Amino acid sequence: MFTLENITNFVHEWLYANLHPTLALFIEFFIIGVLVIGLFAALGLVLIMMERKVSSWMQLRLGPNRVGPGGMFQTVADTIKLIVKEGMTPDSVDKLLFNIAPFIVMVIAMVVMAPIAFAKGFQIWDINIGVLFVLAVSSISVIGILMAGYSSNNKYSLMGAMRSGAQIVSYELSAGMAVLTVVVLSGGLRISTIIESQQTGWWIFKGHIPAIVAFVIFIIAVTAETNRAPFDLAEAENELTGGFHTEYSGMKFALFFLAEYVNIFVVCAIGATLFLGGWMPLHFGNWEGFNHIMDYIPSSVWFVGKTFFLIFVIMWFRWTFPRLRIDQLLQLEWKYLLPISMFNLLLATVVAISGWHF
Amino acid sequence: MYQETEIIKAIPGTDEMVLNVGPQHPATHGVLHLLLTINGEIIQKVEPHLGYIHRSIEKMCESLSYRQFIYSTSRMDYLSSHINNHGCALCVEKGLEVEIPPRAQYIRVLMDELTRIASHCLWWGATAMDVGALTPFFLAFRDREMITEIMEETCGARLTMNYIVPGGVMFDLHPDFQRKVKAFITHFKTKINEYDELVTGNIIFQNRMKGIGILSKKDAISYGCSGPTARASGVSCDIRKLYPYELYDQLQFDEILHEDCDSFARYLVRLQELRQSMHIIEQLIDNIPEGDIQAKTKAVLKLPKGEFYSRVETARGELGVYIVSEGGTTPYRIKFRSPGFSNLSALDHMTRGHKIGDLVAIMGTLDLVIPDLDR
Repeated sequence: MFTLENITNFVHEWLYANLHPTLALFIEFFIIGVLVIGLFAALGLVLIMMERKVSSWMQLRLGPNRVGPGGMFQTVADTIKLIVKEGMTPDSVDKLLFNIAPFIVMVIAMVVMAPIAFAKGFQIWDINIGVLFVLAVSSISVIGILMAGYSSNNKYSLMGAMRSGAQIVSYELSAGMAVLTVVVLSGGLRISTIIESQQTGWWIFKGHIPAIVAFVIFIIAVTAETNRAPFDLAEAENELTGGFHTEYSGMKFALFFLAEYVNIFVVCAIGATLFLGGWMPLHFGNWEGFNHIMDYIPSSVWFVGKTFFLIFVIMWFRWTFPRLRIDQLLQLEWKYLLPISMFNLLLATVVAISGWHF
Repeated sequence: MYQETEIIKAIPGTDEMVLNVGPQHPATHGVLHLLLTINGEIIQKVEPHLGYIHRSIEKMCESLSYRQFIYSTSRMDYLSSHINNHGCALCVEKGLEVEIPPRAQYIRVLMDELTRIASHCLWWGATAMDVGALTPFFLAFRDREMITEIMEETCGARLTMNYIVPGGVMFDLHPDFQRKVKAFITHFKTKINEYDELVTGNIIFQNRMKGIGILSKKDAISYGCSGPTARASGVSCDIRKLYPYELYDQLQFDEILHEDCDSFARYLVRLQELRQSMHIIEQLIDNIPEGDIQAKTKAVLKLPKGEFYSRVETARGELGVYIVSEGGTTPYRIKFRSPGFSNLSALDHMTRGHKIGDLVAIMGTLDLVIPDLDR
């Protein structure tokens, strides 16, 4: 069958057969870089459009409907406007940190994509500590946010950055615990191992209660980690006007904005990989016919479908819930989510050792 | 090592800093300027600075005739402009000693209650937006839009109606009025349950509101609070009950009182008032008598020498209109007692020791309309 895996293998073999290995490696790097940047831009456009359409659907509105068919090119028009806008640096900011912060946030969002398996065999880097890599790298983005808030020389930005720091650092713990639950059940940190272990069924179905609890905690924690409502305290516009990016304009603001959406995609992709089987089709025990039909759907469609379902859930949160207060936010994490996820991890370990999962 | 900059610096000798919220800030529902003294996230002091949109309406009124000055009062509390007009008209009528035809009285009360529903609807959406939920705002505007359309048909305006004039109302009702109001009541009776499902029962919303912004009964009286803000603290202050005007003494409705004194109590009081207003409209809408819509008055009104005071219950509280007349065609002095101004004065007392997020939520439940308190 003609799949993405065939293409990547063909390109890989052709490059190494015809070129010097070092040159071939650099060309592969180049191709991957172009693809990631292209994906970054495409995701920004698609997700912002999706957010607008989802919110307008929930709010009795039409949403953008003038530029292009059904308003499809509204985001493109907005991006062009942001690119041609003057990238202003206010007078009394820390210029180095101020200008470097959006790039740090953006680069982190790109690097996290490395171990994600977009389809069967379509993965940039199948590193043996894949899940750990994602957790480690994604936590660096808080530095970019702190730099932005600190260097802006604005009280609102500073407060937004401090809130964001407290929030992201806290919620990483329970996100990590939730991820570890699946690692315990599947017995590997490598993304491909985790996906292979879901051959017979996704972990959310196979892992009994611990997997479901971990999934819920994971969704809550990543919503907080990506600074999305109801945890968008870092940029709570009713309290702090724009939060840490109050002073940013033009393309520098757009980079923060894009990075937020790419981060949502990344965390939802991780969630889909860990709990919903990544590119693995939906299989039920011994329904041979059903399983066979499901196999005909390409693996990339499965992956994108699951990821966008989770993205929709996170957008649904945003347009439904009020925002928490900073002390309630930290209370939720330290008093409820963290103890529950610790206990849950213990339970998952018992399940895994006893072999009670399917 | 963090260096203090020209902008970010502590008040000397303390850990506190001053934060300017407004005049242009999304939380203040307009152009209120608050000077916060904060210690981290904790608010130590709130100092409201007024004057950013002061238009000296009271002074302007002194050079306008008794028919004209009512128009400028629509611009004070623009969300309950009918009730502002009503208060002024009552005060002038008190001086003229004219009897209002019953049809005009019915129309006035109906319009007042519709305005109250529209105002509370907008407040509900704005409060939910203050605590971070954006969707309720659009749901509230869906329902408010129906009222605005009813108003547009009858009064010709959607926001500043200028419909109630001394002696009655300006035009007769639109033929569709009764049908549309009934349709709205049927529609809103189901939708108000949606409000409860979406926001009132939400656990995050309740956590944000309960036990926040306590205003005790004693404080509510001493700050001169009125309207739902005071009634949520257990102060009975509904002008419609205590000093009934027009038809209110013949109508069946409850004064909503709450004893919890917090933001959630203020929220619940307003939601209950929506139901009471619908109840009032239901009593009136089928019984509008035929007859004149205006009492016979002279073309140029002249109030006898003396002082006149009238008060009405707007959506935000007690609006007092005080006119001093020298016997001429224009008032010698006009003073409005606006509900928002007194309610705002309690803000400092209510927010001390709370977080910045709470300040926004408390301001939301006070239902401030800035042009009302900064005339």
